[in-house]
Amino acid sequence: MSGLPILSLMLAIPTVAAILCLFLEAKPARQVALAATLVDLALGIALWANFDVGGAQWQFVERADLFGRFQWALGVDGVAMMLIVLSTFLMPLCILASWESIKQRVGLYMAMFLIMEVIMIGVFAAQDLLLFYIFFEGVLIPMYLIIGIWGGQNRIYAAFKFFLYTLLGSVLMLVAMIAMIREAGTTEIPVLLNYDFPPEMQTWLWLAFFASMAVKMPMWPVHTWLPDAHVQAPTAGSMILAGVLLKMGSYGFLRFMMPMFPDASAQFLWLVFGLSMVAVVYTSLVALVQSDMKKLIAYSSVAHMAIVTAGLYAFNQQGIEGALIVMLSHGVVSAALFFCVGVIYDRLHTREISRYGGLAVNMPAYSLFFMLFTMASIGLPGTSGFVGEFLSLAGIYEASSWAAFVCTTGIILGAAYMLYLYRRIVFGELTKDDVKAMPDITPREWAIFVPLAAVALWMGVYPESFLAPMRGDVTTVVARLAPAKPAGDAHVMAGKPKAIAPHGEAHHGGGVQ
Amino acid sequence: MIQAIVFLPLLAALVAGLGQRFIGTAASKVVTTGALFASCALSWPIFLSFLGGHAQESVTPVLHWVSSGALQFNWELRVDTLTSVMLVVITTVSALVHLYSWGYMEEDPDQPRFFAYLSLFTFAMLMLVTANNLVQMFFGWEGVGLASYLLIGFWYKKPSANAAAIKAFVVNRVGDLGFMLGIFGTFLVFNTVSIPEILAAAPGMAGSTIGFLGHRFDTMTVLCLLLFIGAMGKSAQLGLHTWLPDAMEGPTPVSALIHAATMVTAGVFMVCRLSPMFEAAPVALGVVTFVGAATCLFAATVGTTQWDIKRVIAYSTCSQLGYMFFAAGVGAYGAAMFHLFTHAFFKALLFLGAGSVIHAMHHEQDMRYYGGLRKHIPLTYWAMMAGTLAITGVGIAGVFGFAGFYSKDGILEAAYASGGGGQVAFWVGTFAALLTSFYSWRLVFLTFFGKPRWAASEHIQHAVHGDHHDHPADEHSGDDIHHAHAADAHEGTAGYHPHESPLSMLIPLGVLSVGAVFAGFLFNHQFIYPEEGMAFWKGSIAFDEHLMHAAHEVPTIIKWMPFTAMAIGLVIAWNSYIRNTALPARFVAQFGLLHKFLFNKWYFDELYNVLFVKPAFAIGRFFWKRGDEGTIDRFGPDGVAALVQGGTRLAVRLQSGYVYGYAFVMLLGLVGLASWAMVRFL
Repeated sequence: MSGLPILSLMLAIPTVAAILCLFLEAKPARQVALAATLVDLALGIALWANFDVGGAQWQFVERADLFGRFQWALGVDGVAMMLIVLSTFLMPLCILASWESIKQRVGLYMAMFLIMEVIMIGVFAAQDLLLFYIFFEGVLIPMYLIIGIWGGQNRIYAAFKFFLYTLLGSVLMLVAMIAMIREAGTTEIPVLLNYDFPPEMQTWLWLAFFASMAVKMPMWPVHTWLPDAHVQAPTAGSMILAGVLLKMGSYGFLRFMMPMFPDASAQFLWLVFGLSMVAVVYTSLVALVQSDMKKLIAYSSVAHMAIVTAGLYAFNQQGIEGALIVMLSHGVVSAALFFCVGVIYDRLHTREISRYGGLAVNMPAYSLFFMLFTMASIGLPGTSGFVGEFLSLAGIYEASSWAAFVCTTGIILGAAYMLYLYRRIVFGELTKDDVKAMPDITPREWAIFVPLAAVALWMGVYPESFLAPMRGDVTTVVARLAPAKPAGDAHVMAGKPKAIAPHGEAHHGGGVQ
Repeated sequence: MIQAIVFLPLLAALVAGLGQRFIGTAASKVVTTGALFASCALSWPIFLSFLGGHAQESVTPVLHWVSSGALQFNWELRVDTLTSVMLVVITTVSALVHLYSWGYMEEDPDQPRFFAYLSLFTFAMLMLVTANNLVQMFFGWEGVGLASYLLIGFWYKKPSANAAAIKAFVVNRVGDLGFMLGIFGTFLVFNTVSIPEILAAAPGMAGSTIGFLGHRFDTMTVLCLLLFIGAMGKSAQLGLHTWLPDAMEGPTPVSALIHAATMVTAGVFMVCRLSPMFEAAPVALGVVTFVGAATCLFAATVGTTQWDIKRVIAYSTCSQLGYMFFAAGVGAYGAAMFHLFTHAFFKALLFLGAGSVIHAMHHEQDMRYYGGLRKHIPLTYWAMMAGTLAITGVGIAGVFGFAGFYSKDGILEAAYASGGGGQVAFWVGTFAALLTSFYSWRLVFLTFFGKPRWAASEHIQHAVHGDHHDHPADEHSGDDIHHAHAADAHEGTAGYHPHESPLSMLIPLGVLSVGAVFAGFLFNHQFIYPEEGMAFWKGSIAFDEHLMHAAHEVPTIIKWMPFTAMAIGLVIAWNSYIRNTALPARFVAQFGLLHKFLFNKWYFDELYNVLFVKPAFAIGRFFWKRGDEGTIDRFGPDGVAALVQGGTRLAVRLQSGYVYGYAFVMLLGLVGLASWAMVRFL
């Protein structure tokens, strides 16, 4: 790895471009934003390509002292690196998705997205606790503005709800962070990861972090901001919200709560499993009865994120690796699904499912992509959704067969609500005149769909590319959690050794006891 | 070579599906059909070399898939005797169905899509049967489910087709829940998902226990039952069967390929593939026997009352699958696979024959409006006869029999020989054989014999009066050559002249007829005879030599039982539908309740609707309105907002758009908080 401060560069480029966009007209602003995000994507891929699998835990480390104990400390492990790649991958697609649908204050809009990119990369790359905190909470600001300025009719209510929910958690988390820094005497995340906090302290630190992360995930019952935020956000806002912002909560679980408070994590296992199990069933059923496309997909996101939390708290290799793949997969697939909604929203300007129908006739290419992402969302093997769900559920099963059973019902309900949605939009008779007039996808939309589809399939057929960099980090976390890990309920116990009849005899005359 | 067999259909599906705009309809059809015939041509030598006993099992690696801790699985293609049997079944029926569809789908505007789906299905099915680990099997399992969903809903403008497609997928997913949990449990117990490793270790697990949902159960029983739930879903066994009759909404070639010959037999294949596992779980085998026998009986009873020609055959399929399962349940895996093999030929034949009838009758599927077709479509008639003789199991022991004679009798004899619950299954199966014979001959008599009853059919009316384009939702495959000739109208025909199907449809019927006639006679030694069976199966299934010996030595009266049942069924059908056609109506009048119960398929659909579908929507609405909006929001954010400032004033302020202001305050707050923290505490 060269001495190039690649992470800082990835932060600097969108920052400069954002400032530039503020002063530009609509057209050049779009071009600058696209160029900047593409450069960041190239850097992201370079990061991935140069990541030394099996090498040091923290790579591309940069460190500079700022004022006081405040440090500019960046660095990534495999997990953070993959999430950064996800962010940089989605960003140009978001810019493209907003190319025509955003017509007002384009410069400001592009600047907000670029700032968002900076903050997202910052969250995943930060190695200093306070730096992390600033990025983690700061991400609310551009999102808040994107919803509040370019959102739908009820955007202020949604933005305010979003703000209110996240506020409480973040204050509690800051208090917890300060306590941690005082206890451990450092703000460096790699050091804190190996610091053993006293068990009683872990309990309330865990709860304080949980308040923040559960909202960001979002977990049931603090999920109600998400459907409103999605419904009101512009298409690209939804894409990035579902694609990356929802991953910050689970990243927080994995980065902080599990390795830093292993005892408390084990202690609150029941809470995480319980909420996840409720969320899978509850939100899936709610998704089934939605009449608004975006709300439906938003509720499905909550159900998917519940698989992530349960998978993480399985405390084993499969559960955590599966949860990470679900995070990446959901990042791609839910962004794609929100884009699917955006494509037809741009044409008909309604999210009402019943206003559509019969799109297979006049939009065959769109129907094909929508089918692919629907299948990826319901975890069809061969798509990214399957690998993640399968691994995490396999891990959950080891920890608790009950949790695995309840979470696996998600595959039934997921199929029901997604196929029901697809049927109402794409199948059926094409009767309405305005729907008939909708043209199939444009080259710009092709350019967004194709990379998303390619990645969804790649991750499904050959997930090793994505798993390999993260494997070591997961092993580290699993090892860290091992002493606190409770025994699962499903383990095998050898029975009384029975005389096994020779093969063929064993069954003679039987089979029916 | 195996790579070519498996991946040619995928390649063809991609070319036809994605490239249809560039290569056109004709080329799409040529590519997919050509690929399937090539696969088929490559498959038969493999099967024959296993039949000859000089082929060895092999595993061809394709690509690394997933490794996560100890959970590792790759894309691999396994070929052994069991796979080779499935290979010829799948590729042969699929190739013939592709060919058949040239004629059947001729007028459909969406043919490339149809052929692409068919080829895609074939690929997924081949992946399923060549799987060397449970996860790849699951890939194929879900892949065929996807193809089935797409093909059932092929005429996507038809609401009933869309509903049937979703139902098929979701009901299958209920089974898949069991399959997935079974895989998880298997991995936990054996620390691997590789099938050969699991099968080798399975007997050693006898007597151990595993925790499941808070209780401890026998390990192998839990695992096998979970996996069997998956098999029940895919193979439409009692309880999870409701999707199969509805799946008849798809085009008829699809019913023949997917919902008769191949996909629905995947559950049987799975149980046979994992037979050493099931052998270690006697309780699970008991359940398999019970479910198989119950399905066998249930579906046969329903089949006797249906009017839709495709639904009769669909229930018949369901019932025949029941036979295969109870064969597996009593340990006669060879017999189960043999019936799977012969059934593929004669059931595909029956479906394609029915398709030919439907084609001739201008999309009319109700047998009440058939009659007297023997003379009009003689080739279809003879093909259907071959299929009916095969399914009802006509034959004379030691001389010659049609395909079903060998396989069905093999199952029943093995069931009898296994004793205990197997004997119950034997009697149930024998009674079902009577019903099978009855409904099969009923179908033939109603369709091909008697006087034409076409005049009352709406479809025929449309054909005669030439306004059938008003029915866009109907099967779009008919030809337009039927014209009204009111002048020479015979009684009951409304002047309609059914035409024999084109050559592309007749050739598959001919080939499958050969299979239905000879498949049993030619292969019964290898599949179910004790010594030859041992040599043929080579450990790819838990072939039980002793049981098969015993099966061949059951008393003569037992051996004649199925034949007797078949004959009785034939006589009843003949008596009711040829000799005295008023009899069925009298029977219905006499036993109205029983008939209603059977005609309405034991009210499973209604029951499930009340138990699952309606509550799911009601609970969903309750959670949404009362839970999210009525409780969480009310006491959460909305409540806080109201509390802090008084709702109305806040709302006014919010709507006046101080968005920047709030953002700025947030930013200030954030920076302030962080700086304060650092100054104060650090």
